[in-house]
Amino acid sequence: MSNHVAPIARLAGAIKHYGSLTALDGLDLMLHRGELLALLGPNGAGKSTAISLLLGLIRADAGTVELFGLDPQQLVARRRIGVMLQAASLPPTLRVEELLRLTASYYPAPRALLESAELAGIGDLLKRPYAKLSGGQQRRVQFAMALCGRPELLFLDEPTVGMDIEARQKLWTTIRQLVAEGCAVVLTTHYLEEAEALADRVCVMARGKVISEGSVDELRARVSLKRVRCVTRLDVQAVAAWPEVVEARQEGSRLWMSTDAAEVLVRRLLLADAQLSELEVQRAGLAEAFTELTREADSSVSDQREAA
Amino acid sequence: MNTIVSTFDSSHAVADMSSRRVWGAYLEEARSECLRYLRSPGFLLPTLLFPSVFYLMFGIFLGHANGPDAPRYLLASYGTFGVMAPGLFGFGVSLALERDSGLLTLKRALPMPPGAYLLGKMAMAMVVAATVSILLLSMATFLAHASLTLSQMLSLFVTDLLGVLPFCALGLLLGTLIKGQGAPGLVNMIYLPMAFLSGLWFPLSMMPALLQQLAPIWPSYHLNQLALSAVGLGQGPVWPHVLALSGYTVVLVWLAARRLRRYG
Repeated sequence: MSNHVAPIARLAGAIKHYGSLTALDGLDLMLHRGELLALLGPNGAGKSTAISLLLGLIRADAGTVELFGLDPQQLVARRRIGVMLQAASLPPTLRVEELLRLTASYYPAPRALLESAELAGIGDLLKRPYAKLSGGQQRRVQFAMALCGRPELLFLDEPTVGMDIEARQKLWTTIRQLVAEGCAVVLTTHYLEEAEALADRVCVMARGKVISEGSVDELRARVSLKRVRCVTRLDVQAVAAWPEVVEARQEGSRLWMSTDAAEVLVRRLLLADAQLSELEVQRAGLAEAFTELTREADSSVSDQREAA
Repeated sequence: MNTIVSTFDSSHAVADMSSRRVWGAYLEEARSECLRYLRSPGFLLPTLLFPSVFYLMFGIFLGHANGPDAPRYLLASYGTFGVMAPGLFGFGVSLALERDSGLLTLKRALPMPPGAYLLGKMAMAMVVAATVSILLLSMATFLAHASLTLSQMLSLFVTDLLGVLPFCALGLLLGTLIKGQGAPGLVNMIYLPMAFLSGLWFPLSMMPALLQQLAPIWPSYHLNQLALSAVGLGQGPVWPHVLALSGYTVVLVWLAARRLRRYG
């Protein structure tokens, strides 16, 4: 088996219960070298449980959990990962450079301190105590700590929460650069545009399982709906009643429609209103796809319940 | 399955870490732990000030009224009182807070070498205990003019330095039992009564007979007996107290390790 095929992280049939709650219900997940995987899902879908398993923080009740072919609780496996967790308050009185030096000391061949700081855009903050930084700056320090060990796999849990647009763009650039160098990334995020901008592959989770998996485009294509917007005299209620319209609403001066037959709808619109202007047709974004997929998962569960 | 494991192991010598670097990680951890607490006046000031102000008041200003041995006697008692705090607070309270704040989770996810977290806290507690001990010894020598030989000073210093360990163990256990912001208050409710009941503030002979008989259940009682022996005021042999403190340490660490493994 060659290195290119062997996954660097793997969950197979992973099951985890917390009391009567099933957090993971036979989760299968694989990650390959140099790949950026976005893990999406509503709260309680099991994303953080999946990450905790891969980090060796908890043990699965059943199934396989592997990091570089090893048990994640083995130090040797974790020396090859970098971690940025969602909620971690670091020692407030330590300076940024001290935090970086400490974290780098855990790794066999870390980056130089300045290199890590530059990559995360905190080169000018090294002497500052952690508590004196803004929320976005603290996030960037945590990012620097995640990449300082020259990891082959980075776990980024909601990395850009609290960052302004510029800082977020900078972080995205660095993440792309790391991926280009062969580093794999597991990203969880609530910002779908973040997944859209970065991910090679998206995994949508619900109720402890992967309900959909593929590239961003594949995922969007699974949702057949398109958005149509235009300025028109037509009445919202009337349009909403047309068979090709799934949903219609007024947004300021514009009429907004979602449809699964855009071509038919546009033809009908143009016939009904000759003065119609500013026509736009868009494929549904990841956000719609995500809503659609998780709603499907929800309704299929309730269908099963009704059937039972 | 085996192929995957061997592929990774052979192709990545990177994850093998030189023992020099592993030692470096332990040192960095201890250094960071010391730095962060030395920079935190909320922890350091009470820990240093309480025993030294008490000693100044009762051992020096009011001490001579209590007889010639008072400065030496109180040096031992307040030394014991002083080294309990870095163990209970520096170890116990910080563990309780960090279990709550997510720092411990992050450290467990990172490839920190085993035990570095606890050893770092232990080193910090010992540094603070050494500082308390030196502070009190200097006050005893230069302000109280207590008659201490060099070997008495040294053995008191060593007693204080090692005496912090059973309280680190107790702090460790408390830190696994309690969580979050309420921890300092709760630890105080153990620290202060225990100091009182072990005769650190008033000699045990002034207390009711029942409390005198109960005193040996507190680890601070045994440490205080050792400290008194170190300054030449001991009664009876030293080894039962050393044995008792070692026993406390082993049992408390065992209980704490069991809880940490089960509940994290």
